[in-house]
Amino acid sequence: MAPPAASQRYPSPSQPSGKSEVTDLKSQLRQLAGSRAPGVDDSKRDLFKKVISYMTIGIDVSSVFGEMVMCSATSDIVLKKMCYLYVGNYAKGNPDLSLLTINFLQRDCKDQDPMIRGLALRSLCSLRVPNLVEYLVGPLGSGLKDNNSYVRTIAVTGVLKLYHISASTCIDADFPATLKSLMLHDSDAQVVANCLSALQEIWSLEVSHSEEACREKESLLSKPVIYYFLNRIKEFNEWAQCLILELAVKYVPSDSNDIFDIMNLLEDRLQHANGAVVLATVKVFLQLTLSMTDVHQQVYERIKSPLLTLVSSGSPEQSYAILSHLHLLVVRAPFIFASDYKHFYCQYNEPSYVKKLKLEMLTAIANESNTYEIVTELCEYAANVDIAIARESIRAVGKIALQQYDVNAIVDRLLQFLEMEKDYVTAETLVLVKDLLRKYPQWSHDCISVVGGISSKNIQEPKAKSALIWMLGEYAQDMSDAPYVLENLIENWEEEHSAEVRLHLLTAAMKCFFKRPPETQRALGIALAAGMADFHQDVHDRALFYYRVLQYDVHVAERVVSPSKQAVSVFADTQSSEIKDRIFDEFNSLSVIYQKPSYMFTDKEHRGPFEFSDEVGNIPITPEASGDIVPAQQFEANDKDLLLSTDEKDDNKGVSITGSAYTAPSYDNSNISSQMQELAISGSATSAATPQSSFDFDDIFGLGLSTAPARTPSPPLLKLNPRAALDPGAFQQKWRQLPISLTQECSVNPQGIAALTVPQSLIKHMQSHSIHCIASGGQSPNFKFFFFAQKESEPSSNYLTECVINSSSAKAQIKVKADEQSTSQAFATVFETALSEFGMP
Amino acid sequence: MMISQFFVLSQRGDNIVFRDYRAEVPKGSTETFFRKVKFWKEDANAEAPPIFNVDGVNYFHVKVVGLYFVATTRVNVSPSLVLELLQRIARVIKDYLGVLNEDSFRKNFVLVYELLDEVIDFGYVQTTSTEVLKSYVFNEPIVIAPARLQPIDPAAIFTQGAKRMPGTAVTKSVVANDPSGRRREEIFVDIIEKISVTFSSSGYILTSEIDGTIQMKSYLSGNPEIRIALNEDLNIGRGGRSVYDYRSSSGSGVILDDCNFHESVRLDSFDSDRTLSLVPPDGEFPVMNYRMTQEFKPPFHVNTLIEEAGRLKAEVIIKIRAEFPSDIIANTITVQMPLPNFTSRASFELEPGAAGQKSDFKETNKMLEWSLKKASVESFPRSFMVSNITKEAGPVSMTFTIPMYNVSKLQVKYLQIAKKSSSYNPYRWVRYVTQANSYVARI
Repeated sequence: MAPPAASQRYPSPSQPSGKSEVTDLKSQLRQLAGSRAPGVDDSKRDLFKKVISYMTIGIDVSSVFGEMVMCSATSDIVLKKMCYLYVGNYAKGNPDLSLLTINFLQRDCKDQDPMIRGLALRSLCSLRVPNLVEYLVGPLGSGLKDNNSYVRTIAVTGVLKLYHISASTCIDADFPATLKSLMLHDSDAQVVANCLSALQEIWSLEVSHSEEACREKESLLSKPVIYYFLNRIKEFNEWAQCLILELAVKYVPSDSNDIFDIMNLLEDRLQHANGAVVLATVKVFLQLTLSMTDVHQQVYERIKSPLLTLVSSGSPEQSYAILSHLHLLVVRAPFIFASDYKHFYCQYNEPSYVKKLKLEMLTAIANESNTYEIVTELCEYAANVDIAIARESIRAVGKIALQQYDVNAIVDRLLQFLEMEKDYVTAETLVLVKDLLRKYPQWSHDCISVVGGISSKNIQEPKAKSALIWMLGEYAQDMSDAPYVLENLIENWEEEHSAEVRLHLLTAAMKCFFKRPPETQRALGIALAAGMADFHQDVHDRALFYYRVLQYDVHVAERVVSPSKQAVSVFADTQSSEIKDRIFDEFNSLSVIYQKPSYMFTDKEHRGPFEFSDEVGNIPITPEASGDIVPAQQFEANDKDLLLSTDEKDDNKGVSITGSAYTAPSYDNSNISSQMQELAISGSATSAATPQSSFDFDDIFGLGLSTAPARTPSPPLLKLNPRAALDPGAFQQKWRQLPISLTQECSVNPQGIAALTVPQSLIKHMQSHSIHCIASGGQSPNFKFFFFAQKESEPSSNYLTECVINSSSAKAQIKVKADEQSTSQAFATVFETALSEFGMP
Repeated sequence: MMISQFFVLSQRGDNIVFRDYRAEVPKGSTETFFRKVKFWKEDANAEAPPIFNVDGVNYFHVKVVGLYFVATTRVNVSPSLVLELLQRIARVIKDYLGVLNEDSFRKNFVLVYELLDEVIDFGYVQTTSTEVLKSYVFNEPIVIAPARLQPIDPAAIFTQGAKRMPGTAVTKSVVANDPSGRRREEIFVDIIEKISVTFSSSGYILTSEIDGTIQMKSYLSGNPEIRIALNEDLNIGRGGRSVYDYRSSSGSGVILDDCNFHESVRLDSFDSDRTLSLVPPDGEFPVMNYRMTQEFKPPFHVNTLIEEAGRLKAEVIIKIRAEFPSDIIANTITVQMPLPNFTSRASFELEPGAAGQKSDFKETNKMLEWSLKKASVESFPRSFMVSNITKEAGPVSMTFTIPMYNVSKLQVKYLQIAKKSSSYNPYRWVRYVTQANSYVARI
């Protein structure tokens, strides 16, 4: 905090902007403009500072533009810099005046002093005035050839600025080609780094309407270029290193030697003090080894320690960023971190955003060996002064209880929470006890005796109240005063503001009535009457429905409202494994922090250097993927009342397993056995290791056995790139340009037609054969898909396919267009084979 | 990378500097940011996380000396990179201004703009090296005399900021000339250790960790090479064993779990003789960060006893025992203990003859505070009594600073400056300090 005196001395933005001050400045500047008196530069400096200080706090000083430009005829570099700053800020709003500055900036671009050349060039390119671009090309061209590296670095970024003002001018001047040659030959590391970032940005934007850009972009990922950068990575500063590492992530290594070479080159980057460098390196390691199970696991072991050091050595903000990534890794591979649980204990002075992350991590890594310690620690937090954290801790204990087999001790702890007599602790605990009972009905006896002692008057939170009411209804036969407690609550119907609680009251009254009719009859009557008069639509409807069902047949009503239930085996995960994989692919980006794939929070043009997302984003799975979450949440919602049978739950899990099955092969689809390993990993990582899911595995394994021999004798002649990328713009352009090289009709097997009720499944299926969907549409019986694929050896050789499937005739019409027409027949065969396998078990 | 804007806001939300690099984020981002941070949730306790997204714009911020350093972007960037960058910008500015606060910022904003223009161009980071920047930056800093700072006690320089201490000791600019015209040749090496210990209610240690940094600030002319020798019995990593395996004896030297190094550090002979060599760049930077969970002797032992003395009354006895050599003095010690919400009154009894001690019950947040100006081994144990509480109090937490003492026993054996002239003998300062990070005793 600055001393109060200081704050008075400076105008704060809330003070009215003085018009008179600006006029004052204007006249003073005018006086100085022509003066050559000694010391005039000092007075100019003072005035310039004043102008810039007004500019900073938001006062409009654009009216002194002319005077500023007049005053800038000076050799004083400090003055020049201030003037450049000012001009850069206001030029866009005053294009006419900007013309005034062009002259002196162009002159400065030829100054003897490289410093001035550089600064002038930077200001010139920062004017952002479209009708001045013609003045930029010359100075930029000579800037790129300047013998001073400072000027060259600025010129390179200048090219990018020019591209954003006028792309055509930039391309016509052939600047990208110049940058490319600078990138590969310049001696200065920063010039090279700037070339790389400029080219990446330009080509990514050009890709949609230029094939050349597409090729150039690909060429950045070629082996020589990647090694050119990686071999000299230490010459670059830490920020440029991050840039290079981010590029290396996208490189597809040719073989395992290639992978180990890269990892050896980058090994010492893990010891860097800059967390951004370490995380970028970690990402390279993780992506490279995805198809090598053992090595992948070794990578986890290797990166653990450096990441933990970064967590404890930085500011809380930096720790948070690193911890978010650790969180992702912990959730993916909890067993690797199980012995490190103490690192995730909360420290009392940590900000709550850090504590919350740590609690989630503790929940994830709890297993048989460490549960006791972790739960003991979490119980300490439950008495925390920070109520939000105390609540989270209790929830964490509950989650651990739900995922463990031996919950004996945990249930005791939870029941102890109820004895703490803090309202929020009681509230959280009640919700948990309810979930526990749904999973472990055998505990009902112990829980009920404690819960029965809680006075409903002390519970205000709707969620907790609903939980208590649910238990009263469900276990009415074991809780002697259940009907009376319910009756009491029902009598206060009018005072109950939460519709959720009123809904639960209705259901609980029904359940209680079936178990103890005479005692509940009156209360149920009141509840139904009150419910049918309720303003809330759902409450009204439910009351009316209960009333009618009862009227129809009491036994039917009982079967509907209070059937005997099976225990819930696994609570539905709120995030599909598909989404988790997407987030993992976007490691070291904001996706990890927000725990969402990038398409959920960025518009397409800003997705930045993470083309992974673009690649998948092209396939219209977006609506489906986000829809994935919704049913899961609905599950939870429905669960409150009617429990799903185990079978239904497992169906749900089966889907998630196929979900991971389709992402796995995208790294290596030629090798079925590695595919199976992938499956095994993702299966255990999502902690879906229940007997039921292993049965599913066997199923899939059966497929592996039966199809593998069938495929080996006739290996497809054409190898396709599993990670091919083509954006819709380029696709459209190609589709228009290329002639149809092949038209074919083939039949689709009946299982395939049946599976087509969900068209997404075909897209996934084809993707597992390295054929990617770019657009799809249509309705039964006619479905239309556009696919593309790329030759593995030559990324520039694309195959585009239009596929129309008629589900009533079980026929598919295929039109193929190819860059290399001679191979289109080979491709068509691959395509047909893939299609014919669709729907096969 | 690609940052759209960078700005610094005061605690009141005023713009101190504002730079727009790419004109992609709509106007008013500073207000949007400040409102969001100030009113993160209805729950006043929850702090805004360092990264959040409002209407497609990602806001990153770090808090340094009470100021918000903020970057915005629309691109899905690496979060670590941006946060690291913000922290680094703060350090570069501090290197130039000597003292980093709102006042020095406002006095030098033109210089700060000059720096910002060279650090980031069109959203891409160019350099954050104070050394490299020196040749591009021409404004001279207007240095705020340290005397104009609020009077601070000697340890306060180590207690600002939450985790990493900012500028350790030196508050002079790397570029400003001394009034005398000559620069003093000197180099500072600080070994700063933050310790976290959790004692169980029965007084044994549940977890303990040391997070250490060797921090350097060099004012040497001509960039000579420097060699730093650490303990010869220093070991890094504990093989495949769990890092929390306490069975390893503490007699076998200093064992670090892990460490990382500044990019200027060369480790050619580190494996053989534990020396680091480097050409220190200008400005302040961490040479090495390390982490240690090896068992160590905590400087203070905390013991708390609660006894219910009647239905509405309880007695708390807090005993603290210092366990470091008697020539070492700890200062700015505070002991805190949250009391139950319904506590109405607390009374204290300090040991007779306790000078320079203060105890207080903060009614608003029901917090009991006991502070000691300084303490050496003789002035312990201390205890005091509080009445009128029952269960659900605690835990007791403690903050302190112990200059010239470090618990890990990591040492700088020598600091060698390679320079030919024999008469060249700059000042070398090697200093140690230990600080509490999370020092907690449960009840």
